[in-house]
Formats: sequence, structure tokens, C-alpha cells
Amino acid sequence: MNNTLIIGQYVPGESLLHRLDPRTKITIIFFFVFIVFLANSVLSYSVLTIFALGSMLATRIPVHYILKGLTPVWFLIVFTFILHLVVTNEGDVLIDIFGFSIYSGALIQGFAISMRFFLLILVTSLLTLTTTPIEITDAIEDMLHPLKKVRFPVHELALMMSISLRFIPTLMQETEKISKAQASRGVDFRTGPIKERIKAVVPLLVPLFVSAFKRAEELAMAMEARGYQGGEGRTKLRELKFELRDFLIFVVFITVVTALFFTRHY
Amino acid sequence: MRNKLVEFRNVSFRYGEEQPWVLKNCSFEIYENEAIAIIGHNGSGKSTIAKLMNGLLFPQEGQIIINGRNVTHDSIWEIRQDVGMVFQNPDNQFVGTTVQDDVAFGMENRGIPRDEMVKRMNETLSAVGMQEYRLTEPHKLSGGQKQRVAIASVLAIFPQVLILDEATAMLDPRGRTEIMKTVASVQEERHLSLITITHNLQEVVQAERVIVMNQGEIWDEATPREIFAKRTELREIGLDIPFVAALSDELRKTGLPVANEVLNHEELLEELWISRSTM
Repeated sequence: MNNTLIIGQYVPGESLLHRLDPRTKITIIFFFVFIVFLANSVLSYSVLTIFALGSMLATRIPVHYILKGLTPVWFLIVFTFILHLVVTNEGDVLIDIFGFSIYSGALIQGFAISMRFFLLILVTSLLTLTTTPIEITDAIEDMLHPLKKVRFPVHELALMMSISLRFIPTLMQETEKISKAQASRGVDFRTGPIKERIKAVVPLLVPLFVSAFKRAEELAMAMEARGYQGGEGRTKLRELKFELRDFLIFVVFITVVTALFFTRHY
Repeated sequence: MRNKLVEFRNVSFRYGEEQPWVLKNCSFEIYENEAIAIIGHNGSGKSTIAKLMNGLLFPQEGQIIINGRNVTHDSIWEIRQDVGMVFQNPDNQFVGTTVQDDVAFGMENRGIPRDEMVKRMNETLSAVGMQEYRLTEPHKLSGGQKQRVAIASVLAIFPQVLILDEATAMLDPRGRTEIMKTVASVQEERHLSLITITHNLQEVVQAERVIVMNQGEIWDEATPREIFAKRTELREIGLDIPFVAALSDELRKTGLPVANEVLNHEELLEELWISRSTM
């Protein structure tokens, strides 16, 4: 049984980024996603890259671990780069191979777009690396709070998210159990044509769903027995607190944004 | 005279109009600081009794009075404050993502301030011996540990009645002993009324009084010793008598004088030892 299972890709730690309020991290990333598109010069890209790499180092998570986490994305980044090389026809012709011309503009464009892509993925992955899913849930609940006025079920949404998180490992263990039970009855999950293998998933999914519904029913009863009656008048054990460090990080971020604006045309 | 905490007055219940009655005209009383066991085979109505006690179900006939309050749709939230319940499946009653979140859940529902919450959490987790697991996730705990957390989270709201609805049925023998020990110490400390619902006769030994259910009716109400004496009748209604009782029967057949009704290994040992030394 996989007892070391980490939901998402959270890496426990005590670094500055780990201890930041999740709302701070989410807000900064939200704005970062926008400002990445404002960069248009070597200097402005450097500013963003320094910010991103600086944050990465501040997590104290081994760099190779973070980069390994980006493996599936590398392909996309390289693909974007190549696509731009082929498609863009601006600037001077640099190389001419068998009628295919690579323009200097294409090189710059391709580099810029892949860089944007890389920065976006890197910075957003730092959120899930340093924040537990439950912290993210709390932060989302807190930040969506104003939507309560328009009757958006914020508390219910957050509760659903946290219960899903709590049951992921349980259901994974259950899937493993059922697949072993079905394998012992002769269901073959691993060999045979794709069509057969897809069919073999049915005897896995049906019992899993049946038990998930049964769990849901029992959980609802247990919650009611423990006095759950919706979000009204509830207090919370987990508290989010803005600290001095959150303020400082915001100052740093605003400095970065300002620097970005000043370096745009260089 | 002890205070009456739970009273069933001629309660009948069925799940639907066309369905058979699950409970037929049941009446009993439970007093404060009393340990009660309700036993019966599957489908005898014992779990229904538990759900009726804290308003998860409502009877079609009769009245249920908890701590002076009638169980109605309006009073269930106060009643659930008085009656805490631990269910059978350790996984399906664990709401929080970690032990401390789960213990806090019941308190959060009742709007208890955070400082008080932390205080009660520490108290109850140490009462069930789970304090060092505060930040552990449920899938890393054993069934027995999860049930201890469930007990802690119920205790955190200071109930007067603690119901264990087959709380040990899904545990291994070690988990079972673990829970029974925890519950006994907690009852001692908090002076709760304890209602153990089980089909395992071994677990009724700790109770002061046993209510035996059969097909929705109260079949008998007596002390564990008196109940154990009726072993042939118990077998007839589908309950297994405990090993020690069966063993003493066999010993008696071989001619050994096991005079009294024995409840556990120690008592049997005592009986045998005395009978040997007087021979």
C-alpha cells in the first residue's frame, strides 16, 4: 500500500515560501500570469527570470527535483520554440536549408514565447510544491468569500474540495484492493488489445462507485450526527494569518513589477 | 437516584409505509453514568435504536426523551450536543484531512471559539492516547486509531451519552481491545452514560445492564451474568455465547464444579482454583 503518497506534489518544508500565507502566494501568481505577457525586452525578461529563479531557490527544494517535475512540460516548451522557428517570417534570413529559411525574428520570437511558457509553469508549480492542498482550499474559500453575497456556495465548495482530498488516498487503496480481487477472479488488466483492456476496467469501476456512494451516505450521516448544519455560524480551526513576511513579499513583487515596466523598452 | 438520560416510551419504527416494523413497541430507560449494552443479531433493530437516539431517524409511534427533551425536528441540534455517536466504519466517519481537523469538525459545527477548540482538542486526544498523531492523515492510521480519533471528536463536544454503534465490528482483536480500554477509561473520567451496541457478547461484560433485542422487540433486560446464564435461548435467537462461557459449560460436563456464572478468564480461573483447593 502506498503510504508515502503525496497528493499533488507538495514537498514538506520550512522555507519562507512554505510559511507564506497561501493567499499571498495565490495573489502573486495570479498577477504574475498577467505580467509575464508584458515583458518584451531582454532586460524585462531578465527581471522576471531573476524573480522566478529567486523564488525557486527560496523554496529550498532541490532544483533537480523541481525541474524533474517539469519534464512533461519540456516537450511543450521545445515544441513551441520549433513551431515559431518554422512559422515566423520576420527579420533577416539566418540559415537556409533545402528551401526552409530560419529568420532572426523567428529565433527571437520562439525564444521569448518559450521563456514565457517556462516562467509561467515554473512559478505556478512553486505554489503546489510549497502549499498543501488543504491550505490552497482554505485560501480559495477565504478569497471567494465576497461571492457569498451573490449566493455562491463558497463554504460548500470548500468542504467538497477538502472531503475529496481526504478521500483520494482511501479510494486509491480501495481501487488497489478491488483490482487485486478482480485479478484473482481472472480479470486481466495488463495484456490484450486496448479494447479488451478498457472493458476490463468496468468490473473495477462498478464496485468502486458502489462503495463510494455507500461511503458518501455513511459520511453524511456521521457529519449530521456530529452537528453539521451548513456553513452558518461555524468557527474554523485552521486560520490564515497575514504576517510581516507576506507584506515584505508583496513589496518585493511590486518592486519587480515596477522594474518590469521600466525595463520594457530596453 | 440517578438522573434519567434516555427514555424510550413505546417506540415503534419502520423505514417506510409498506416496510415491516424494525422496532416494535420498545420501552426502556438509561440513567446517567450507566454502562449499557444493547445486543442482538443482524437486523434485530439495535442500530436503529442508536439512530433514533440522536434524531438521525424519527419513530412513527411512541416518544423518545433525551435528557428531558423530546426528540423532534426542532430539538435535534441540542440533542446531538448531548448524544455523541461512534459508527461502525472507521473510514466513513473521518471528515477531516488530518486527525486534528477531524477532532475540530464537531466543534467547528457548533461555533466554538478557536482557543477553546485547541484546548479541548489537546485534552480529548490525550484522553484517547492519540496526541502525537495530531497532524497525521487518516490513511496512515490503523482502524483502531481512527476509531479512537472518532471517540475523541465526540468527546470534544462534552456529550452526556456516548453511543458506540458496532464501533469495534470492523477492527482486528487488538484494535478491539484498544477501543474497549479507551472507552472504559474515558467513561471513568467523564462520567458519561455509555451505550455499546454490538452482536459480540464478549463486549457486554463491561456493562452494568444488557438489553437483548430480537426481531425488533426487547427480548430481555438483565445483568451480563444473568444473560449469560440463558445460553440455550441466546443461541436460539442467533447470538454466540462467549468462549469462556462455552468453556465453563464443557468443564461442567466433564464433572468439574464450576458453580457460578463466569464472565471472563480471571473469574473462570478463580472458580477452578477454589474448587481444586477445597477438594
